[in-house]
Amino acid sequence: MAWLGLYNYWIVIFLMMAGFYVVIVRGNVVKKIVGLNLFQTAVFILYISMSKVQGGTAPIVEPEFVVYSNPLPHVLILTAIVVAVATTALALALTVRIKESYGTVEEDEIHRLDKSF
Amino acid sequence: MISQHLPALQVVIPLLTAPVCLLFNNARLAWALSLVANGAALVVAALLLQQVLTAGVITYEMGGWAAPWGIEYRIDAVNAFVLLIVSAVGVVVLPFAPRSLAKEIPEHRLNLFYTTYLLCLAGLLGIAATGDAFNLFVFLEISSLSSYVLISLGRDRRALTAAFQYLIMGTIGATFILIGVGLLYMMTGTLNMADLAQRLPVVAETRTVAAALAFLTVGISLKLALFPLHLWLPNAYAFAPSVVTAFIAATATKVAVYMLLRFLFTVFGATLSFEAILLPSILLPLSLVAVFSASIVAIFQDNIKRILAYSSVAQIGYMILGLSFASVTGLTACILHLFNHALMKGGLFLALGCVVYRLGSAEISKLAGLGRRMPWTFAAIVVGGLSLIGVPLTVGFISKWYLVLAALDSGQWWVAILILIGSLLAVVYMWRVVEVAFFQPAPRQGPRRQEAPLSLLVPTWVLIGANIFFGINTDLTVGFAQRAALWLLGGVS
Repeated sequence: MAWLGLYNYWIVIFLMMAGFYVVIVRGNVVKKIVGLNLFQTAVFILYISMSKVQGGTAPIVEPEFVVYSNPLPHVLILTAIVVAVATTALALALTVRIKESYGTVEEDEIHRLDKSF
Repeated sequence: MISQHLPALQVVIPLLTAPVCLLFNNARLAWALSLVANGAALVVAALLLQQVLTAGVITYEMGGWAAPWGIEYRIDAVNAFVLLIVSAVGVVVLPFAPRSLAKEIPEHRLNLFYTTYLLCLAGLLGIAATGDAFNLFVFLEISSLSSYVLISLGRDRRALTAAFQYLIMGTIGATFILIGVGLLYMMTGTLNMADLAQRLPVVAETRTVAAALAFLTVGISLKLALFPLHLWLPNAYAFAPSVVTAFIAATATKVAVYMLLRFLFTVFGATLSFEAILLPSILLPLSLVAVFSASIVAIFQDNIKRILAYSSVAQIGYMILGLSFASVTGLTACILHLFNHALMKGGLFLALGCVVYRLGSAEISKLAGLGRRMPWTFAAIVVGGLSLIGVPLTVGFISKWYLVLAALDSGQWWVAILILIGSLLAVVYMWRVVEVAFFQPAPRQGPRRQEAPLSLLVPTWVLIGANIFFGINTDLTVGFAQRAALWLLGGVS
């Protein structure tokens, strides 16, 4: 049962593929953004869970703490979260503009209005 | 004193000028500021290239933190060249902007346009300058987010959906790159590219590293619009404002090609065993399919901007074709075409900007007889088209020449024949434009069209003129490209 020991990666892969699937399959612009968020969040979990050291603490410089979890991926992911928030904000802003000019956020209806998607 | 901070200044100048443009709610001032910032970036890039050519690699530690821990900027023969291309295209395109944008973007949003433009420029320069894999992702997102905004500024409402589609595909691409970088970090514990290159060979045979290579290649291919991941590109180019199309077409995909070169040859090194499978059996066929499918689709488009957009997909195919040979001649052809295609497409899209300025659209049916009314604009389109086809005395010929040489060197003569047939397809789609513009009579009704104003024609002809200049004067560009190719294949040591 060695593969169960890496269960965090299985969760990541499941979330990632679920998000990816939603982005591809859903025609609703807002649902696409939700899928994209799920996809990005799965990658954050990948980063954070790989930095965990069994029995490790936060990196505190004190004699009683010897084993630390790696803090660098956490910092990287803080940056990536900011990027993801910016992307979501921009995507939602575009959605508002799309709704204003087409009156719908469904891909197939937009496609019927003019061949663009 | 200041010369030792050049690598940082390259990115910091446009990055810090962007919010200043936002503060002054004045379009002319914002334009002047961005021109100054972009000009400064060009000067810095030229100085860096000169330093690299005389003294070799320049490394710069951000904030004074030493290399494998801190973020390092690393300028060598390859990215010094890319930095110069990006900032030079910006300097030529910006003078075109005020006149052309006046008809495409409302006055009160113009300073926001220049802010976003500078952010996009800073992102692209950052991707090229940085020597840190995660920093590259951050700059990639800076440039991508700002280019989504720039594209959505187009007048047509389809610009919104094009920008949204690009946002979805671009974010998936960037997230794939993030996964790839994460997997590399997992195996090596470092994010510095030079450090990665040294540590990777030890763990090269693991599946994690193979997965990292796959994620990075697919992610970057999405950004550079390699067939079949190019679906975002035609609409994004067709509906963006003219200036934005010219700038993005000439720079964004080129920087993505640079990213692929950097990861495949510097980080992974051309010797890794699975690359032996990736390059000839995946990238080579895909690039050939890109050349043919995109050229054929281009023939059947009704909008010239879309014709040129599909032609861009085909030309990216040529670049990746050169890359996939993984030989000095092949990489020279790739880097040479990267530069030359920036000149061709920059010039052509600016010429189309002149057409759109007078006509309000780029539909091919509306061009009838315009060749006589706008002789300078259409002369530019003809020269740019000849360069795209690869006629001697233009830059297109030089890149095709090296590409064919590389194909023959690798013993794949059939690839060389396919390259030549691909060029014939370019003749067909450019001829359609020329035929309508010069050989069809102008409609009797409707307003008489005039030549575009000088402020639009001069930037166009600077780029088109560069097509001929570098087509005759080949020593300079071929020399740079060859040095860069040798550098990439020599590894980082």
